[in-house]
Amino acid sequence: MAGMPTREVLTASDISRSLTRIAHEILERNHGSERVTVLGIPTRGVPLARRIGERLAHTEGGAEIPVGSLDVTMYRDDLRGQPTRTLQRTDLPEPGIDDRIVVLVDDVLYSGRTIRAALDALGDLGRPAAVQLAVLVDRGHRELPIRADFVGKNLPTAATERVDVHLTEIDDVPDAVTISGGEAH
Amino acid sequence: MSTDYLILGARLLGEEPADLVLRDGVIASLGADTAHPRDGVELVTVDADGLLALPGLVDLHTHLREPGREDTETVLTGSRAAAAGGFTAVHAMANTTPVADTAGVVEQVHRLGIDAGYVDVRPVGAVSVGLEGTRLAELGAMASSAAGVRVFSDDGHCVDDPVLMRRALEYVKSFDGVIAQHAQEPRLTVGAQMHEGVVSAELGLAGWPAVAEESIIARDILLAEHVGSRLHVCHLSTAGSVDIVRWAKARGIDVTAEVTPHHLLLTDEQARSYDPRYKVNPPLRTAEDVEAVRAGLADGTIDVVATDHAPHAAEDKDCEWPAGAFGMTGLETALPVVQATMVETGRLTWADVARVLSTTPARIGRVSGQGRPVAVGEPANLTLVDPAARRRVEPAAQVTRSRNTPFAGTELPGRVVATFLRGRATVYDGAPVAHEEVNA
Amino acid sequence: MRHLLSTAELTRDEAVRILDTAEAMAATQGRSIKKLPTLRGRTVVNLFFEDSTRTRISFEAAAKRLSADVLNFSAKGSSVSKGESLKDTALTLQAMGIDAVVIRHHDSGAPHRLAHSGWIDVPVLNAGDGTHQHPTQALLDAFTLRRHLSADGETPAPEDTALDGASVVIVGDVLHSRVARSNVSLLHTLGARVTVVAPPTLLPVGIEPWPCEVRYDLDEALAEAVPDAVMMLRVQRERMTSAGGFFPSPHEYHRRYGLDGERLARLPERCVVMHPGPMNRGLEISAEAADSPRSTIVEQVGNGVAVRMAALYLLLAGEEGIA
Repeated sequence: MAGMPTREVLTASDISRSLTRIAHEILERNHGSERVTVLGIPTRGVPLARRIGERLAHTEGGAEIPVGSLDVTMYRDDLRGQPTRTLQRTDLPEPGIDDRIVVLVDDVLYSGRTIRAALDALGDLGRPAAVQLAVLVDRGHRELPIRADFVGKNLPTAATERVDVHLTEIDDVPDAVTISGGEAH
Repeated sequence: MSTDYLILGARLLGEEPADLVLRDGVIASLGADTAHPRDGVELVTVDADGLLALPGLVDLHTHLREPGREDTETVLTGSRAAAAGGFTAVHAMANTTPVADTAGVVEQVHRLGIDAGYVDVRPVGAVSVGLEGTRLAELGAMASSAAGVRVFSDDGHCVDDPVLMRRALEYVKSFDGVIAQHAQEPRLTVGAQMHEGVVSAELGLAGWPAVAEESIIARDILLAEHVGSRLHVCHLSTAGSVDIVRWAKARGIDVTAEVTPHHLLLTDEQARSYDPRYKVNPPLRTAEDVEAVRAGLADGTIDVVATDHAPHAAEDKDCEWPAGAFGMTGLETALPVVQATMVETGRLTWADVARVLSTTPARIGRVSGQGRPVAVGEPANLTLVDPAARRRVEPAAQVTRSRNTPFAGTELPGRVVATFLRGRATVYDGAPVAHEEVNA
Repeated sequence: MRHLLSTAELTRDEAVRILDTAEAMAATQGRSIKKLPTLRGRTVVNLFFEDSTRTRISFEAAAKRLSADVLNFSAKGSSVSKGESLKDTALTLQAMGIDAVVIRHHDSGAPHRLAHSGWIDVPVLNAGDGTHQHPTQALLDAFTLRRHLSADGETPAPEDTALDGASVVIVGDVLHSRVARSNVSLLHTLGARVTVVAPPTLLPVGIEPWPCEVRYDLDEALAEAVPDAVMMLRVQRERMTSAGGFFPSPHEYHRRYGLDGERLARLPERCVVMHPGPMNRGLEISAEAADSPRSTIVEQVGNGVAVRMAALYLLLAGEEGIA
């Protein structure tokens, strides 16, 4: 199997525009930011959530948008058969999640299993009024009946391909989304 | 039909090759002459090119477990294992069930040895009734029994009562006996599991201080001097014990001492595995102690190597360390360990090996006809050894009934090719001869 | 890390990872729903050859909060008390398809044998063996101490931190203490400076290579170590009479090695008082010290569950243990 070269599918400015659009869609859908809490799923969902939160605050004229993180590791159904995952932080901002509109943020939506775990984790933490999902990339291949409410970019991929999201906060390189691998044409 | 053997080109005690003829239980000739077949006697020629000829080995310290624990060893299986290790005589320790503390039991063991036919089995008599350390057993009766006991020991237990030890030392003088002491101060070793030191401190296993051995040896030496008796120290294991015995010999006290093969090779570091195969009494000591006992054996402070062959059932070793039994098998690995630790390091010649594994133990045990020079007219007790062979120890391939060798998986030098007891092969071509033939 | 048998086998990174994971577990334990689905469908056996209700309950709570099924197998009233060997017990458990064994045993090295003898092929977690090791106790002590070094003991400690520069004095029956053995090596691995103090009768011969200072005089040791924590070890009253007697009387022991009000008052302000429990009030520790605000004894118990959850998670959640 000859690997395809790595190609960039989203540039830094593409990512920035997508996040801005997602922020606006969140405000539009929820008629403002009043009850919105943004939770990023580690690792790369966390800085994305923070960036979306900043855009929400900016658009809303400096309103406080609660932003936090939700580690779903202990709710995953695929822990076995892999090296043990390091647990990440769960950080629920005031005023908690009860009766809030929780916007979950992740970098790539793929099988849907991470989001399934996130929904279980939320259920143990409280009772949100609604849960919505924002992802930077939706690459398809869902294994569960889960869809995103806000999508930065739909990227049809082959299962053999690999999608990598690079974010400056985590990876210390310029923002980018790349695809590599897969069958040669 | 009896058999004569013509052994061609064996290196006597590792020296120049010579031919030997074994006939009528003795060494009939020695040198380059060839044997002539006799009427009605089979003549077997053994090509011994590259092999050593040593006098048959004599073990002062063997546990044959019969009577009582025939599941782990019998006089037959143990003496066959002894022959496989090059031995022609062993001393069977008294801690059987019942204890060998009467003429009846020692005669039984003696008789079983004769019936087995692989080696001369010399019963050791218990010093005290039931090994309990309170009353002298009938030492005289055992001495004058058919077993002719000369070595007395409560081995497994220490004769810790100084008065009882004194009486025993004195009493055996009348029949030239010797007390073989298991030196272990019991109060200092309550619950002890392994040598007390750096490793025991880390492993949390109750420590067995060197002084528990050394203090008894020192006391016994002074007692032996005081009453003018001879004393034999079993399985000496510490540097301090070597020093004490060295001091005693310099002073002219009639003391002899033995070291086991395992104390020549293994250390307390083995306990880190928590594998009871390495659990033994006295315990494996430190690398410094190993060096000291090697030096003591090399300079003659330690007189003999004795195996302390101690077979145990699998369930008594395949368990937690503290639940495990003390002891290791050793008959089939004794000579290889001595070769590895003493000969290949240049500390003993093969003539020295004959001394520490045959001549001296026979003398200490007053075993007639054993430990003799390889010379014309002497009893034909011999072992032929291939010193160039190297073998990995396989417990399942051993002759002993038990599997608790601490050397499993270890490559050791030397291989016993043949053993002759009074001119009759007990081991031939590296394997024990069938019992019916040995006993024919 | 396939098993957790001894703190001496832990690298600094592994130890820190366990503490960080325990913080993540602790964070879940303040919620109204404490149960996590992480080990659903896995079975953990508590194999206790020695009574210890506290430790067993702590492990049981940890396993259950991760949704594992827990089987309690205690020696009393079981085939074990009828002479069944550890090996046969292990083979039985293996045949039942269990996923991990938590073992408490009166023999030093029994967990090591269980893990390495081929009787069983699941992770083994040492819950205290003889006078050898009690690794989760040391880990929970380190967890407690790490929180106190960074803040007030209740705030989670920062991730990826150890105990560098901390001074810890361990006092008491070091000879018979698996807690002491576990703590000395773990505290050292995590960068703390350790002093052990005991009467010479209660120190093992062969302690010299241990990575700690050894003192006989408690007052001198406390003055010189300027401790961040004093860890008092349980002293059994039987030690007074057993094997020749390790000390002459409880009164003399308390006077020379007990943490009384006067010694408590002389400790540096930040210094906490730790004890693995159960305590002998009036012997190694006075009521005043045990009940003082510096005492972390109750905290230690609570932290024990989080640390044991972390250990179970790291040994059981992935296929190969810690990557």
